[in-house]
Amino acid sequence: MHSTTVLLVEVGALLFALGMLGRLGRRAGLSPIPLYLLAGLCFGHGGLVPLSASKEFISVGAEIGVILLLVMLGLEYSASELIGNLRSAAPAGALDAALNALPGAAFALLLGWGWAAALVLAGITWVSSSGVIAKVLGDLGRLGNRETPVILSVLVIEDLAMAFYLPLVTAVLAGVGLVGGLKALAVAVLTVAAVLVVAIRYGSTISSFMSVRDPEALLLSVLGLTLFVAGVAAELKVSAAVGAFLVGIALSGPVAHHATQMLSPLRDLFAAVFFVFFGLSTDPADMPRVLLPAFGLAVVTMLTKVLTGYFGAKRFGIALPGRLRAGLALMPRGEFSIVIAGLAVASGVEPELAPLATAYVLITVVTGPMLARLTDYAWFKTAVRRMATRPRPPEPLPARD
Amino acid sequence: MRVRVEQTPLPGIGVRHDLVTSSGRTVGVVSHRNGRRDLVLYDVDDPDACLASIPLTDDEAEALADVLGASLMLGQLAGLRQQAAGLLTEQVAITAGSPFVGRRLGDTKARTRTSASIVAVLRDREVIASPGPTFQFEANDVVVVVGTRTGLDGVTAILAGEFDD
Repeated sequence: MHSTTVLLVEVGALLFALGMLGRLGRRAGLSPIPLYLLAGLCFGHGGLVPLSASKEFISVGAEIGVILLLVMLGLEYSASELIGNLRSAAPAGALDAALNALPGAAFALLLGWGWAAALVLAGITWVSSSGVIAKVLGDLGRLGNRETPVILSVLVIEDLAMAFYLPLVTAVLAGVGLVGGLKALAVAVLTVAAVLVVAIRYGSTISSFMSVRDPEALLLSVLGLTLFVAGVAAELKVSAAVGAFLVGIALSGPVAHHATQMLSPLRDLFAAVFFVFFGLSTDPADMPRVLLPAFGLAVVTMLTKVLTGYFGAKRFGIALPGRLRAGLALMPRGEFSIVIAGLAVASGVEPELAPLATAYVLITVVTGPMLARLTDYAWFKTAVRRMATRPRPPEPLPARD
Repeated sequence: MRVRVEQTPLPGIGVRHDLVTSSGRTVGVVSHRNGRRDLVLYDVDDPDACLASIPLTDDEAEALADVLGASLMLGQLAGLRQQAAGLLTEQVAITAGSPFVGRRLGDTKARTRTSASIVAVLRDREVIASPGPTFQFEANDVVVVVGTRTGLDGVTAILAGEFDD
């Protein structure tokens, strides 16, 4: 067969299989992310079915997948939302970073990995999956809950922190050392601050260059701009993902709204390819060895997320049940952990990192949403009520008019 | 009596408004960025959690707002009538030929010129309570005016474009 025909057959079969898997997962109430990862493990290198012709296509698709994941994340938040949130949620965000990034780093050092790998693992355990968590909160009908703004603001801080973390990791993984890494971090801080200021001051002007009236032109111009900026950012060693994130933040109003609607099918497609690609680059034969460490790391860092949610919600005067709900909801790690691990895999820093990250994300993303439901059971509520000896009325959240 | 409505931003999702009723229950509305809205009722035992979250379509929300707004408006008007015997309310239609179609409420200067107040506008079965000066009239709006007899006649004349000071 001609190589293009093989490519079509392989990619077609892969996407069809993913579609079926996703449907099965939805029926079981599972996020598709772990299923895509497992599918990736089954194919390719060391897996059941080799994907030879489509390897290059999948790797390019995965690159675009990361960029689309990030631009959609940026589109979800407006610059003023990010800044406005920063002041009130900064302590919770700092606590979140300390409680969740440090165990990852300590774990890597404990395994005898280098500090570059420790930096990567810190990021993997730090960032909760905003996509999975938003979905869980919606499914459980908790969007109106008083602890939900706390959860969301922790997620926003994490996502914003990625704009600084990713360039740092990219630089460190490129082998420029600590000084080079700090230089990249400084560049990132300046860039992000500049983009936020420009987005708040001139966001509507930027968005007015693109017309909402013509959906096709809007799709092409937003996608084009995103890929272009991502490419330039990668060239400047600031990480392509961060460039895409900033484009998403800079766009606002109706343009952002329409772009979100149009890009989300593309995001779904290429993000699936990205998760498969990451699974592909992991050899399933490496998995059994890392399962136990991954499980230990998952248990520890899921507990630290519960603490994060507990103390974060406590600061806002949420009562005990709400604090536990916030903590349990924050547990799943997902797309960002894989994005970070993907950077490390591309640079070949630590061969065991990819299987460990895969197992870790699989464990947290599957058990996290299940454990988040715990708080809805009657026996859990009674136990909590018994635990709270003196329930006090919640203070109202600070209102912003 | 003013009711305190709290507004809480939900980054990435939208905004939540909620208020505590005098009976001690909390009711809220989660407005999603994509236009969806949920009516949420909070648990009595655990005031942080919502007991029910009811998604409302545009039409359902409008109907609910209509019912609440209309009954409120009628109650307020009835109260006004009782309070002051000389005060009257009247509904004045804005015809397509009115000079104020497409113009703002502030442009009528109705209150300064006649001392009667425009307290509500009825548009497409919807009650727009206490419209601000930037409110823009459309043809077939019905304006609810409160004032004395001469004041009401004055507003009617203004809206028809026949008033002279």
